[in-house]
Amino acid sequence: MTAHVTSPRFKRNAAEALADAQLQQALKFVEVNFAARRREVAERLPEFDALRDSARDIKDHTLRHLDLYLDAFQQRVEAAGGHVHFAVTAEDARRIVLDICRAAGARTVTKGKSMVSEEIGLNDFLAANGINPVETDLGEYLIQIRGEMPSHIIAPAVHLTKEQVEADFRRVHTHLPADRSLVEPSTMLAEARGILRERFLAADVGITGANFLVAETGTSIIVTNEGNGDLTQTLPKVHVVLATIEKLIPTLEDVAQILRVLARSATGQELSVYTTFSTGPRRAGDPDGPEAYHVVILDNGRSAMLGGAFQDMLRCIRCGACMNHCPVYHAVGGHAYGWVYPGPMGAVLTPSLVGVDRAGHLPNASTFCGRCEEVCPVRIPLPRMMRAWREREFERHLSPATVRSGLAVWAFFAKRPRLYGLATAIAAFVLGWAGRRRGRFAWLPLARGWTRDRDFPAPAGSTFQAQWRRARRDHR
Amino acid sequence: MVEAEPQTQSPKRVGLFVTCLVDLIRPSIGFAAAKLLEDAGCIVEVPRQACCGQPAFNSGDRATAREIAEQVVAAFEPFDYVVAPSGSCAGMLKVHYPELFHGDPNWLPRADAFAAKTFELVSFLVDVLKVESIRARFPATVTYHDSCSGLRELGVKAQPRRLLSGVEGVTLAEMQGADVCCGFGGTFCVKYPDISDAIVAKKADRIVATGADTLLAGDLGCLMNMAGKLQRAGRPVRARHVAEVLAGMADGPAIGEPRDAKA
Repeated sequence: MTAHVTSPRFKRNAAEALADAQLQQALKFVEVNFAARRREVAERLPEFDALRDSARDIKDHTLRHLDLYLDAFQQRVEAAGGHVHFAVTAEDARRIVLDICRAAGARTVTKGKSMVSEEIGLNDFLAANGINPVETDLGEYLIQIRGEMPSHIIAPAVHLTKEQVEADFRRVHTHLPADRSLVEPSTMLAEARGILRERFLAADVGITGANFLVAETGTSIIVTNEGNGDLTQTLPKVHVVLATIEKLIPTLEDVAQILRVLARSATGQELSVYTTFSTGPRRAGDPDGPEAYHVVILDNGRSAMLGGAFQDMLRCIRCGACMNHCPVYHAVGGHAYGWVYPGPMGAVLTPSLVGVDRAGHLPNASTFCGRCEEVCPVRIPLPRMMRAWREREFERHLSPATVRSGLAVWAFFAKRPRLYGLATAIAAFVLGWAGRRRGRFAWLPLARGWTRDRDFPAPAGSTFQAQWRRARRDHR
Repeated sequence: MVEAEPQTQSPKRVGLFVTCLVDLIRPSIGFAAAKLLEDAGCIVEVPRQACCGQPAFNSGDRATAREIAEQVVAAFEPFDYVVAPSGSCAGMLKVHYPELFHGDPNWLPRADAFAAKTFELVSFLVDVLKVESIRARFPATVTYHDSCSGLRELGVKAQPRRLLSGVEGVTLAEMQGADVCCGFGGTFCVKYPDISDAIVAKKADRIVATGADTLLAGDLGCLMNMAGKLQRAGRPVRARHVAEVLAGMADGPAIGEPRDAKA
């Protein structure tokens, strides 16, 4: 019961997304605002690129010594009175969380935003076991009441317009006055806050993700803007942190370095509003905090990426800059990618985690424009890794037969320049003659995908190489 | 006509990698490139060639890409420089060929040497030949699209604008997001035509919004995509390769126009 995978039907998902006027309206926000904000804040910090290098180096170092840091983290957490649980699979992680909830006698759990929770399909699992999960991040709350998945890793409801949110609130919050104003974001926030405050107080367990797990101190860190994460982890009796193995960072000093690129890359903030550090449960004399503190560290396929072609992907700090700058994401949004992680980072990570046989479209659905790599705060070579997935698909004969045979015919000629020259001379002549009056084609037999929406220019009639050789011969 | 620094050494022998699209669709770009290089004092030759291998490389067919790369590297070994009127193909030759031969003691040094002498046309003129200005005339308001590979793999951004600023009659009207992909993406536009179309539709709107009458870029693939969309949408913007304008050879039909059309 991991999150449902619709990546195999990416093309259909994308077509539906392109035809969805509301979605297209909502996506404009990502395309225009996120990119502009990042650029502005990056330009204001002269050492931004140097910090990206350090962030990359810190992550690389940690991944090379991950076993040591996991071990150190566990010791520090236990020394602070907390518990660490290692989960190999999504199933293991769900079971561990459920056991903790049951031991606490939990009926309601509040949740801070956690992509790992989405990855393992935790909400459905808890609900099926009689525990009511309540998302407290506004975006996550919205998609929970809509029964959707996040469409963006830091802005889960970015696919919704204000009008859709208003309609959902009126539909679900029926005990509130029907004539209440929900026009402004602030009134919507007040509406959600009113509902969520009761839940925060009622919750027995609070579950959050983690942006970092600090080996030096056994600290988990969340980076948020709404304050819901703090209420989620301090009010209930039990705090469960759900994180994956690559969240480990050696020291607080290292965290301080990475924090300087994280929010800038994500939302264009210098720092997010809250950066919250949790070390163990409430100590004697602490005014608040949970009685018990658990960290569930999930692998779910990541350790298999260590030492391989996709290890660099484990540097990802989940800022979302790659999707914020991706023309394909801007066109189809996050849901089209068909699993938890969309955009360029999803195009590399999803095949690693659910299999390239199911997620094969994702690394192909990229123009290789390179903007993702250009903005990645930890310099992940995303296009190169998407190409590496394409190579695996090609080796395993997973790419479509039409693509393979088309490529084979082209390659036959491309490897033989003389024959190629002859073939292209004929093509240039025939197509040039056919298109001589209009100068372009509105329809071409083997390029229907192109000519459905675009004209195709007619060749000039003979190839450059033929003309060049003729001219040079005549010259002599 | 090109004004370069006085030639002190013997003229540079440049192998023109014309690119398969220019070869087949629009030879005038190849002739414009040759003229720019010759005006700058180079000797230009065109060894027999097919394609740089990008369709195979980006489709995951590394073996075919390597075979083609070997052939291209060998064909251009006699030249001082390899120049392509395309950031995408030049990026393939310069950045990705060495990747293809990673760990091969025989081919990697050859691919590295080949990469070191390979350049995109306009950046070669400005960065290597130190061409300061160009004597050409093109009375038009133009907008310039930065093609992705040239921009991000080779750093081509200021060079074409700098040379265009010296062309008599040219007014540059920058579009919003000039550095955002046009949606061509090589095989991408064939594999995901409707996403490609959605991207180029946005691009076309931004081009039209500048009020420019001519769209310029340094890559024919992107130009075909944008021109095809503009034409299908009935927009009156004409598209040309920047080399045609710089070489003073922009008086013929623009991309996708009938042969008898005039500038």
